[in-house]
Amino acid sequence: MNAPVRIDLRDASTFPTRRDEAWRYSDFRRAAPNTVALIAALAPPAPGGPFGDVEGEELAFANGRLPDGSSHVDITSAGGVLRLRFVTDAGEGGWQAGAAVTVKAGASLLLLETYEGTGGGYVASASLSFHLEPGATLERIVLIDEPAEAVSASIAKVTLSAGSSFSQTVIATGAKLQRHETEVVHPGQGASLRLDSAYLLGGARHADLTTVVTHAGAGGETRQITKGVATDTARAVFQGKIVVATGADQTDARMRHDALLLSDRAEIDAKPELQINADDVQCAHGNTVGALDDAALFYIRSRGVPEAEAKALLTQAFIGEVMARIEHEGAREIVEAFVAARLGSLV
Amino acid sequence: MLNIQNLHVAIGEKEILKGLTLDVPAGEVHAIMGPNGAGKSTLSYTLAGRGGYEVTAGTATLNGEDLFDLSADQRAAKGVFLSFQYPLEIPGVPAITFLRTALNAQRKARGEAEMGAPEFLKKVRAAATNLKMDFDMLKRGLNVGFSGGEKKRMEILQMAMLEPHLLILDETDSGLDIDALRIVAEGVNAMRAPNRSMLVITHYQRLLDYIKPDRVHVLAGGRIIASGGPDLAHQLEREGYDRLVAEAA
Repeated sequence: MNAPVRIDLRDASTFPTRRDEAWRYSDFRRAAPNTVALIAALAPPAPGGPFGDVEGEELAFANGRLPDGSSHVDITSAGGVLRLRFVTDAGEGGWQAGAAVTVKAGASLLLLETYEGTGGGYVASASLSFHLEPGATLERIVLIDEPAEAVSASIAKVTLSAGSSFSQTVIATGAKLQRHETEVVHPGQGASLRLDSAYLLGGARHADLTTVVTHAGAGGETRQITKGVATDTARAVFQGKIVVATGADQTDARMRHDALLLSDRAEIDAKPELQINADDVQCAHGNTVGALDDAALFYIRSRGVPEAEAKALLTQAFIGEVMARIEHEGAREIVEAFVAARLGSLV
Repeated sequence: MLNIQNLHVAIGEKEILKGLTLDVPAGEVHAIMGPNGAGKSTLSYTLAGRGGYEVTAGTATLNGEDLFDLSADQRAAKGVFLSFQYPLEIPGVPAITFLRTALNAQRKARGEAEMGAPEFLKKVRAAATNLKMDFDMLKRGLNVGFSGGEKKRMEILQMAMLEPHLLILDETDSGLDIDALRIVAEGVNAMRAPNRSMLVITHYQRLLDYIKPDRVHVLAGGRIIASGGPDLAHQLEREGYDRLVAEAA
């Protein structure tokens, strides 16, 4: 494993490049300007955001600052719903901010994390950590909606405890460069992990979804699916790594990545990796990249559905499996509507 | 209604239809029979507008309108409906969503108002009951995990909802047991109407015991080589295609 990357916008020498193995498809230094000035705080946004209809508490960073001016927050949650918003409105410069969230033993938290960008070529760096105490449950839903010129990285470290349950769904729509990374240390011991994501990319957008799961103890389960669509000259990167440490027997880990390539000039780089150092494990990974099925497309069109609508229907059905696994119904409906609208404008 | 003149169709370099002429007046049911490789499926796909079938000569009009000027979805909105020999499975798209999308897309193309949910549901429930289909099946992905008979019933249900002017049934009997065949045929027969024509494409005479044609045509070598009344189907069943094909050569 490579040394962990810690991006400091004030020091371009900390920007990862393709020489860093974990960043070989996403050259942050090349995408970002050489010097990034930290931008001025923005007035706190009106409460709400994409998940405004889901009742809960809200913490909103505006250009990387909380209302009190700080750029980092520690949260210990006894459960409920938290909307964690990163709102950016900037044409240049950047911000770096972060949160450390602990979910107390036995508590259940729904975290609705949104990246709501407007403006243009800003650089954003979010560092997050999540710690689940024994028996805690965290469902994390991440919606990333940024301008095509933005450069952003969101990196999270997750530690699970015995009997805890972490479920994640990331919806990425790309930017000049957009990296979403999740690193999970899985203790086994009845803890469960679901790591899902979808990317919907058009134009010249680039999204990179990277996960590293380390099964450190026996009896852990991981379920992971990523589905994506890339058209125009967009580029998608999926890197999924599952490490099963010595002694992490009875690990059951499954990872899939399935993508639709809707244009000749779009690119999808997929790198699924299993590194298994224990004997008694079940691990599987699968990876497909293909086009829409012409026969299915004709079947739908022969019933009167115009080509663009038929493609959107098939694409939405393809991505649908990711949303169907979101447990919270209200949040699921919001994500489904977001994805449908995005796909409608892509295909 | 449907008028086809001197139709030539090629797939790649290979010419499949070689001067097919056919006229199906409004309200009539015409059967197209023929040996394997005669061009039966090519005819149905060409009329429905599938890509890869190149019309090199000839015309096809529906109520005077040139079909080959229209895309597949535009033809559907004008009333063309192809019942597939092997209907496709579309995972993730519930049958009911698919039906409503198709119905409203056609209405929109014709400049009509969309059908609201209550009216649509009432109509689809009634159609499903007529076809002895479990309504819950319509909530599953279209045709996913359906048996051969269920898929064909789903085709008839779509037909009943979309109310096309020209039905093209491509080997609708294939893969059906006798009970399923009867239910499907009853569904088709219920669609008979003075302003609707049907083209029943079949390999065997069996289907024509259930869907009685007004005319029977024999397609061989890319052309209609014989036409007649319903008796022609029985004659073919007894004698096979060989003699007719030899006479036509």
